[in-house]
Formats: sequence, structure tokens, C-alpha cells
Amino acid sequence: MSRKNQLMDYIKQGFITFFLSLITLGPLAAWQLQGYEVSGSLLRAFRLSLALAVFRVIQMGINSRKQAAKKEVKGIDLSSNNGSRSLSGIFQWENHSQGTKLFLSAVLLVAALAPMFGGNYALTVGITAFIYVLLGLGLNIVVGLAGLLDLGFVAFYAVGAYSYALGAEHWGMGFWAAIPFAAGLAALLGCLLAFPVLRMHGDYLAIVTLGFGEIIRLILNNWLEFTGGPNGIKAPYPSLFGLEFTRSARIEGGTTFHEFLGIEYSSDYRYMFIYATLLLVVACTIFAVSKLKNMSIGRAWEALREDEIACRSLGINHVTVKLSAFAMGASIAGVAGVFFASYQGFINPTSFSFFESALILAIVVLGGLGSIPGVIMAAIVLTVLPELLRQFAEYRILIFGISMVGMMIWKPRGMMANVRARLKVKPTQQSAKT
Amino acid sequence: MDSHILIQQLANGLVLGSTYGLIAVGYTMVYGIIGMINFAHGDIYMVSAYLTALVLALLGASVSPLVALILAFVLVVGLTAVFGFSIERIAYKPLRKSPRLAPLISAIGVSLILQNYVQITQGARNQAVPTLIPGGLEWNVGGGVVGITWVQVMIIVVSQLAMGALTWMISRTALGRACRATEQDPKMAAILGINTDRIIATVFTLGAAMAAVAGVLVTLNYGSFDFSIGFVTGIKAFTAAVLGGIGSLPGAMIGGLLLGLSESLFSGFVNSDYKDVFAFSLLVLVLIFKPSGLLGRPQVEKV
Repeated sequence: MSRKNQLMDYIKQGFITFFLSLITLGPLAAWQLQGYEVSGSLLRAFRLSLALAVFRVIQMGINSRKQAAKKEVKGIDLSSNNGSRSLSGIFQWENHSQGTKLFLSAVLLVAALAPMFGGNYALTVGITAFIYVLLGLGLNIVVGLAGLLDLGFVAFYAVGAYSYALGAEHWGMGFWAAIPFAAGLAALLGCLLAFPVLRMHGDYLAIVTLGFGEIIRLILNNWLEFTGGPNGIKAPYPSLFGLEFTRSARIEGGTTFHEFLGIEYSSDYRYMFIYATLLLVVACTIFAVSKLKNMSIGRAWEALREDEIACRSLGINHVTVKLSAFAMGASIAGVAGVFFASYQGFINPTSFSFFESALILAIVVLGGLGSIPGVIMAAIVLTVLPELLRQFAEYRILIFGISMVGMMIWKPRGMMANVRARLKVKPTQQSAKT
Repeated sequence: MDSHILIQQLANGLVLGSTYGLIAVGYTMVYGIIGMINFAHGDIYMVSAYLTALVLALLGASVSPLVALILAFVLVVGLTAVFGFSIERIAYKPLRKSPRLAPLISAIGVSLILQNYVQITQGARNQAVPTLIPGGLEWNVGGGVVGITWVQVMIIVVSQLAMGALTWMISRTALGRACRATEQDPKMAAILGINTDRIIATVFTLGAAMAAVAGVLVTLNYGSFDFSIGFVTGIKAFTAAVLGGIGSLPGAMIGGLLLGLSESLFSGFVNSDYKDVFAFSLLVLVLIFKPSGLLGRPQVEKV
């Protein structure tokens, strides 16, 4: 294409974008409903459309550059490896796990040291970030590794949170007992959900899980006698060996943490304790998930994602594989729910809306489906960034949405793509020596 | 069981079901042609509700209600159709050859974008439109009054007309023939000279237009809405599409009516708090036990 033609194309595309966005986004941007009247002017619509048109032209420019660059990349020259050598002479294992390990240890180290420098506020942000790391890791098993799109993941999170709050209210269940209980209950629910959806895949599965998540939320919202409905329910703060982190002991004759150590009361200890425990749980989860990924069950998950029919014909039992993916993911979400409830001290159904599921999905997608370091990074970025950019808070969801669409179009494998160990061609200098 | 409550709930269900059917058309056509769930479809309906309020507010009292009504229909359906076209062009077309998960995630992204865009530009509060056509019909039935407003009558009539027009278009015109051919076998249709990309864009545009018809009608009926109405309505319309058999045009309408009737009977005689739970459970049960719906073809798994 000649330069002049290209320029004409840019101008044409720019105009099309301008007019389309003026027609679609324009009316809503220009006028604002005020009761039965409207206010506003067309200027806003023009500015918005112009910005989008400029963006389109820039994006086209980048695209054409990229395509030009692609043409210059040459294929690997296999002819230099003469046929007499064995395969192991030509190929070698490409190893990425070193970098991943380094990244993970750096994150954990920073996280472990962070409370020394940050105050109470930094701790709360850190707790939120780690809860989302857990949720992201859980959903990553279901969506990223097993390829089962679950849009109702928040249901398991809710089950975890409510099982702690209700367990504490009705049976006096403690924080430490609640963790395995919530994990087990959520896993059970995950299996219950997985059974009927075994035959489905892709879109239908997504809709069924979405419906399931909404059903759980609506039941929590409407069953006033049991869950407290929209008013929510109180969740007790955690305790350590029976020592509570409150100003005065709730139980008659109980000792609190600060009394036991003989120090001044401060709410910081509670956050510090939750943070430390959560960090430990996150570290264990990361370790477990990365091990699982390379075990036969993890390989089966990924194989199932790639081709279910091939898997079944090779003798992989798709029932147990899918059930285990759902159960593992759900139990991690259940644990995250317990931490959420104990950190907030109060839960109600608004925390478990579909938006939450979409946010967790965004974390997994943006990080890179199946990639553990990617999910961790995305979870931290998506929870810490809104705190830093408070003035853009209302655009948060808009940015999530745009990045989800953009990621799918330009970088469908995420920020840090999931890389399996694979064989690659050895550099050719060696063949010259031998 | 009082007969007048039963008849009233049946009438309400018919009205509700007609709008579900109109929105379900968008889901069923898109699913039929490219096999994806257009997750943003419910939000397109939501946008059309806002556009209706904007058009009515801009026209104000300067024109007679009938003129305002017709103008609102033409403008909102036109604008929303362009919306449907643009969304397909930006968010779905580049993903035609990606794995199945990609367009769905992209659609969720679009849904978030639309909701938040409307929230930013119009505010999070509830919006309302003035009553355009007051009054209605009333009968005395078995010791009670059964009423149906003119707007509700209009919903039933207009939705049947719109469905009729769409069915005629799909079954009789050249464009409709191309749509059906693309649905049956996109590759073969492309070989035979059909511009399948254009057909897919047309389907999205038509789906958005039908959702806009529903948006105008429902807005005039209920009078109030906010930026989050698209989600629940969207899932229910999808339920209707699945109930009738996804991919089938008459199925969408039958599924819509069936869902509307059963939902309003459920909320009238059992429990109105759990009517959404009822609709979602119906969706889950249908997908598990009869995923092909009432009129759909069973899917055959191919290697």
C-alpha cells in the first residue's frame, strides 16, 4: 500500500470512528437526565468522539508498524542441524521456572517486610490485595488451568464468609476451626455444582455457574431468619490460642491479646495478625498450586482445557478431573471468604454480587490464564491501583472493562503468559564444534 | 385461588413475557450464527431505556404524545442498532478466530463498560420518564377488578408486530436467506459468495434493534430504571432463549411468554421475593436436563 493510500485510510477510519462514537456514546455524554428534563451540551460528546478517533488512528499506526516488524522476523534455520544427530542433540528443555521462583520470592519478601513500613492503612490494603490473590489463584485453577469458565465463583467466597459468621453465631465456631470447615463446605458445594454441569462446556457452563452464583446471593438476601438478609450478619474477629484481639474479652473470664502480653491496646495488632496469617495462607496456596500444576492432576486439567474428547479417548477420567478442579478452586475461595469475614467483622450479600465475580475473572484474565505469577501481580495491581488513584475511582470499572476487551484482542494470553516447560532448538554454535 | 388474581397475573405475565421474547431474539440469533453468548445484550437494552428517557425529555411537551412516541421509537431503535453494530465491530469481530472463551470475556468487558459509562454520564440514581399514555381497560371478574393499561396493550401488540416483521424478514427476504445460510454453515455460505462478516454484523444490529423496541416499551410501562437493570433482564431473556431452544426465532418468543407467565404466576401465588431465584433455577434446570430447549435442535459434539 502506498503512503498516500495509507494516509487516506487513516483519515477515513478516523472519521468513521468519530461519527460512530458520536452516534452511540454521544447522546449519553451530551445530555444528562435531571428528572423529566435534561441538561448539558453537545461539546462533551464532540470531545469524547474526537479523543476516540485520535486513539483509533494511533492504534492503526501501531498495528501497521507491528505487522511490518513481523515480516522481518526469520524462521529458525533447522537445516544447519544435520540429520545424523539425535533429537536430544537438537532440542533442549527451555526452563522458565527460575524467573517465576525469583518473582514469587520477591513478592513474598516485600509482602512480609511491608507492615514494618506501612501503617494501619497499608495493612488493610494489603489484606484486601491478598484476599484477591487467593480468589484469583482459586479461579485460576477452574478457568485458567481446567478451562471451565465459572461466572459464579463469588458463591464459594460467600459460602466461606457466611459459614464462618453463621458458625460463630450458632455453634460458637472459632476462626481456626472455620478455615477447614469453610474450605470443606465450599469444596462440597463446588462438587455439587460440578456434577450437573459435567456434560456442558464453554458458554452454557458460564451461564449455569452465573445463575448458581446469583441464586446463592438471592437466597442470602431473602432468607431473613437465617442469614439476616440485606442487613447482614456480624462475624467475630479472629483469635490466637484463645487470645482475642478486642479491647475487652467477649467471653467471661477470657484474656485478650494485649492483656496477655501486658501491652497497650491497639487495633493494629488485629490487622497485623490477620495480615500475617493471610500471608502464610497465600504462600502455602501458591506453593500447593504450583506443585499441583506439575502433578498429573494439573497436567490433566490443562489437557482437558485443550481438548476434552482427546483426553477422554486417552483414558483421562473427565469426571474426577473436573470435580477436582471445581473443588480445589472452591475451597480456596472458601478460605478467602473466612478471612474477608473476620477482617470486615461484618458481611452482607452486597459484597457477593456478580461484579465481584467479574472482578476476579478480570484478575485471572489480565494476569494470564493459568499463570500463577500473572494472577498474583494482577490481583495486587487491581486492588492497590484504585487505592492510589482515588480521584479516578468512578472510572475503575470502566478501565476494568476496557482492559478486559483490549487484553482479549491484543494480548489474549495476559500480562504474564502461562508458559509450560517445553523443548526448544539448541543454539547452532554447538553443532559447529561437534 | 381467586380467579381475578389469576387472570391479572396471566395478563401481567403476557406483558412481561413479550418483552423477554423481544430481548431473547438478540441472544438466540447471535448464538445461532456465531455460537457465542452476547453478554452485553442486556446492557444494550439498558442503554435503550436511557435513550428513550433522553429523547422524551428533549422533546418535552412541545409535541403531542403520539408524535413523541413515534419519534422515540424511530430514534431509539436507530441509535441502539448502531450501538449493536459498533460493539460487534470493536469487541467481537477481531476475536472471530480465537478460542471460545475470548469473545465471552470480551463481552463481559463490554457489559462492564456500558454500565459504568452510563453510570458516569448519567449518575447512579434511579431515572424516570413521564407517563405518556394514561388510562387502560378494566373488567369485573369474579369479585375483583382485572386491569390492563393501554401501554401494556401496546407492548403485546407492538412486540407481536416486531416479531412478525423479523420472522418475515428472516424467512422471505434475500438478507434473511443469507442469514439462515450463514447460520447453517458459515464456511459454505462464504464460498457461495455471501459476505458472512456483514451478515454477522446485521444479526447484531437486528438483535440490538429488537432489544431497543423492548427498551422503549418497558420504559414507558414501568417509568423508572437505573444503570443496572440490564443484568437481571439480560439473564432472564437468555433463560427465555434457552427455554424456547437457542437458535430458534419462534422459540425465543414462546420461551419469553412461558417464562413471563410462569414468573408472574410464581410471584402472584408463591412468593414474590424469590421470583428471580425461580427464574434462575429454571435456567439452570433447563440447561441441565434439556439444553436444546423446546424448539431447538440437539447439539452434536464433533471432533
